[in-house]
Amino acid sequence: MERVPVLKIGDILLVSIQIDLQDQSVLNLQEDLADRIVATGARGVIIDITAVEIVDSFIGRMFATIASISRLLDAETIVVGMRPAVAITLVELGLSLGGVRTALDLEKGLRLLGVDGLAAGPRDRR
Amino acid sequence: MTDAGATEIPIGSGDDVVRVRQAVREAAGAAKLSLVDQTKIVTAASELARNTLIYGGGGHARVERVDSGLGRAGIRILFADEGPGIPDLDLALTDGWTSGNGLGLGLSGARRLVDEFSLDSAPGAGTRITVVKWGR
Amino acid sequence: METKQDAAAQGAIAELLRRRRDDVLGRWVAIIAATVQGRITERELRAETAELFELAVRVAEEGPRGAAADELRGALGDLSRSRARQGFSPTEIAVSVFALKQALYENMEGGDTDEQAAYRQFIEFSAVMDDLGLHTFETYAAAREQVIADQAESLLELSTPVVKLWEGIVAVPLIGTLDSARTQVVMETLLQTLVDTGSEYAVIDITGVAAVDTEVAQHLLKTVVAARLMGAECVISGIRPQIAHTIVTLGIEFGDIVTKATLADALGYALEHRGVVLGEKRER
Repeated sequence: MERVPVLKIGDILLVSIQIDLQDQSVLNLQEDLADRIVATGARGVIIDITAVEIVDSFIGRMFATIASISRLLDAETIVVGMRPAVAITLVELGLSLGGVRTALDLEKGLRLLGVDGLAAGPRDRR
Repeated sequence: MTDAGATEIPIGSGDDVVRVRQAVREAAGAAKLSLVDQTKIVTAASELARNTLIYGGGGHARVERVDSGLGRAGIRILFADEGPGIPDLDLALTDGWTSGNGLGLGLSGARRLVDEFSLDSAPGAGTRITVVKWGR
Repeated sequence: METKQDAAAQGAIAELLRRRRDDVLGRWVAIIAATVQGRITERELRAETAELFELAVRVAEEGPRGAAADELRGALGDLSRSRARQGFSPTEIAVSVFALKQALYENMEGGDTDEQAAYRQFIEFSAVMDDLGLHTFETYAAAREQVIADQAESLLELSTPVVKLWEGIVAVPLIGTLDSARTQVVMETLLQTLVDTGSEYAVIDITGVAAVDTEVAQHLLKTVVAARLMGAECVISGIRPQIAHTIVTLGIEFGDIVTKATLADALGYALEHRGVVLGEKRER
């Protein structure tokens, strides 16, 4: 079974989903992330789904669960890079992802977590 | 309707659910569905294939291209299992209802994502669900 | 050029139509009713067809260049227009005319001579050719409709420009009639622009929109929710009093969606949230 790597940058954990995940891999990722948040004391988790073509109720539920778990552990979860077609489909499906923060891309997600200086965004160039 | 181009995929494991998604994506692309419509039908197929696996104890999916006769192409997918069946169809199609530990959006959500949805099930007689998505 | 014989034959048809009026008319109505299958009430159909029948009898008397023929063409024109609006196919409309031939033929009298048999075969063959003619016509109409549909689609794309108002702020000014298909295109174009431009704010301005129905309002709501899922915020501006009234009457919940009176207010809101401060130029 393929496992999605969890990267650590400073006190942020970064997951980039690049493949079509089967349900067990989704559950493994959920577990891995919870373990790593505790082990590293991370204050933020970013899940990059730029490459993800569909988000069904199972993956959507994983996002919400990770967000809840990380909140208990005093970390914040941000899902970044959701494609328009995926967002429209989620709305139609009836999934609101309550409690999950989102950002258009990785850079904006990092800024939401207060990480600056990686690259100056438009706001900082002003 | 001919059988040409119909793909049958057994559903017996989590990897098979992924295989169904890929087959549906391919068929939806070939039928020239818009990106949003492709995403909707693949998502619906993912929900229904998971239901077939978890609640139906496995079964199969059959993916085929259909033509409306008015120049519109679409795809039709049949999900069939020999599982315990669904005792109350109306209840099963209600948002939030679930017999497992899901969110209860599988059936009702999938129905909202497709253009045609038909469900045939009885206790002990398995479940057959057919969905169709038309191009615009 | 009409010969005496033709004129006599015409007179005979008119005479037959008059004499067997109830039978022929009844059969005509029955054939049309079978094609339209309950989409028009029996009573309406009977009244309409009776009127056409009287005109047809006069045409049989006067020939195809008389005043009655003009009147009949006019009546059939009106009928075709109203049927087209009700969504009938060209064939279904044309059958209304052709069916009179069938109804009349079934009510013809006469013995079983060779001439009669040959005539019957001709009528049957004629019906087959009518069907084929209708088929070519139907195909032609379908092809034209496809062209129109394609044009409508490209117009749809042209009519929904998404413009950049500021760094990180885009707007889509909607003008004219919003139907479900167009709103859906707007939704997809807008969301894609958010990604392409990296904009976190979108203004949907509906100042130029005359009316919205439930479906359109739902599409707008879904756009706002989908944008949020992607990490952007939508502001809806320019809701006119009538539309606000419709939204409330329809019981549509706009919830915590930000709405502003004008596009300028919406831009101000987005700028403020982006932390942009605009100062007035002071004269010294």
